[in-house]
Amino acid sequence: MNLALKDIRHGLFRFVLTCFGLGLLMTVVLAMIGIYNGLVADALAVVEAPAADVWVVEAGTKGPFAEASSIPADSRDTVARMPGVAEAGAINYQTIEAPFLDRALRLYIIGYETGRPGGPQIIAEGRGIGTSHFELVADRKTGLVLGDTIRLGRNRFTVVGLVEGAMNSGGDPAVYMTLADAMALQTELAPADQRVQAARGAGAVKSASVAAVIVRVTPGADVDLLTATLRQWKHLAALSQTEQENILLASVVDKARRQIGLFLGILLAVSAVVIALIIYTMTMEKLKQIATLKLIGAPDRTIIGLIVQQSLILGTAGWGIGLVLILLVKDVFPRRVVLEPFNVAVLAGIIVVVCLAASGLGVRAALKVDPATALGG
Amino acid sequence: MAIGDILVDVQAVAKHYGEGETRVDALRQVDLQVRAGEVIALLGPSGSGKTTLLNIIGCILDPSSGRVVLDGDPVFDGKWLRSDLRRLRLDKIGFIFQAHNLLPFLTAAENVSLVLDLAGWAPEKGKERAKELLDYLEVGHRAPVKPALLSGGEAQRVAIARALANRPRIILADEPTAALDSKRAQLVMDLLRKLAAEQEACILTVTHDEKIFDRFDRLIHLRDGRLTDD
Repeated sequence: MNLALKDIRHGLFRFVLTCFGLGLLMTVVLAMIGIYNGLVADALAVVEAPAADVWVVEAGTKGPFAEASSIPADSRDTVARMPGVAEAGAINYQTIEAPFLDRALRLYIIGYETGRPGGPQIIAEGRGIGTSHFELVADRKTGLVLGDTIRLGRNRFTVVGLVEGAMNSGGDPAVYMTLADAMALQTELAPADQRVQAARGAGAVKSASVAAVIVRVTPGADVDLLTATLRQWKHLAALSQTEQENILLASVVDKARRQIGLFLGILLAVSAVVIALIIYTMTMEKLKQIATLKLIGAPDRTIIGLIVQQSLILGTAGWGIGLVLILLVKDVFPRRVVLEPFNVAVLAGIIVVVCLAASGLGVRAALKVDPATALGG
Repeated sequence: MAIGDILVDVQAVAKHYGEGETRVDALRQVDLQVRAGEVIALLGPSGSGKTTLLNIIGCILDPSSGRVVLDGDPVFDGKWLRSDLRRLRLDKIGFIFQAHNLLPFLTAAENVSLVLDLAGWAPEKGKERAKELLDYLEVGHRAPVKPALLSGGEAQRVAIARALANRPRIILADEPTAALDSKRAQLVMDLLRKLAAEQEACILTVTHDEKIFDRFDRLIHLRDGRLTDD
């Protein structure tokens, strides 16, 4: 006879309500894990998107994501001729805000050379950029759809393709355009005094510069040797893909990541206390029944089983409800919520440990109950 | 074992709480023998030591000194572990409470069969025995009902069925008729007498209910921890 299940069935509504409350708490915990992962995934998405082996950036900087990097656009030709380089492409990044319909869109513009590294790897809908000017491939999160036109700077661009998961570390969705368009846009959006000087004939607003050159190496090429060679150049620095990812995580999203990580830790501690309190209260409410069980000869394992099983059922149900809820609402979050099966499994493990520890308090109280308290009304 | 055999043998049992100036003697040199088939009332004012004596015989409280032999087993002789006493309670002692103390999340039948389940009976046999007892106590039709829906008399009869389920030879009852009207109280006592005779068990009851005094073989009085008359 399973006393734990019988007791749950007896007070089913209350138990379900408790599980639901715990489930909501688990939803918040899973959401925080998802937001934490999403932050990292978003940050890395922009670095991983070009599938580069080496990033050539301005000397003395940590690349276009950690700080400003500006190198001559023709650096790409020089880099492309180096031994071990399979292909190279110049790339530009900038964040702008543009009006679209009745709202303002914040966009992360990625300018790349078509046919060279730096463009979108997978087009989810539509096609890639096929003309030299005024076409866009946008991330779905921009809200743009195929055929939409949007004014950026002085020109109107048409959305010809859609991609997914392309954004900067701040969560702004990306749009891809040709490098030429991106550089022109950069010039158009340059500070007003520079534009005034340009109108007076005081030379170009800005020399042709790009943020970085992306390099893909030939199979078997020595990336370390290539980066070491590039670093010897006076105005350039080179970072391997791994170095670029580490810089991004260490300098750009590190504080946000630690903040969310700390909050997640606090949330887990709160969850542990709440679970312990619920289980302890459930046990305390049953002390008279436990005393009766002890008096009629129930062994300790029956009483321990009653408490531990209920505790595990409560924790598992709360975890399950939390998982279902977060899967239902995760796409509503403005930023990506990324839940890996590993995270969900680890949380399940933590819940089991917390439930066992929490039931320890209840078990301790139950085992201390004097069976004599069942006597005498 | 048969009718007339000594089932409870309490020899010079004393129990005190605290030491020095705070020492309270709950029982002082109590001697008591209860034989199979006997139904005994334990009487006395509040604080006289009735519950302490019942708890010692029920193996839930150790005596400070003295000897207790239950159905031939000398308990509290230093060789009994807590788990051994628990097993002894399960096999040899049945408890009937003032408030029936049925587990609210089990049906009447499950409350009875739980004891058999704990004693290691096969589930089917346990269910049969529970049904048989509930039918005998005329509450068989209430077998699938939870305690909250039973009347006071029905609940007490289910509690008696639970106490008798594993055929214990020693039945300890704490105010078993306190929650019943006088007619029901006398019916319950008659039933207990009948069961004691049939199962060759003894029944030791703490009670204040004068209406049922005539249903007992002996009335034992306790005052200040001593047996005053028998």
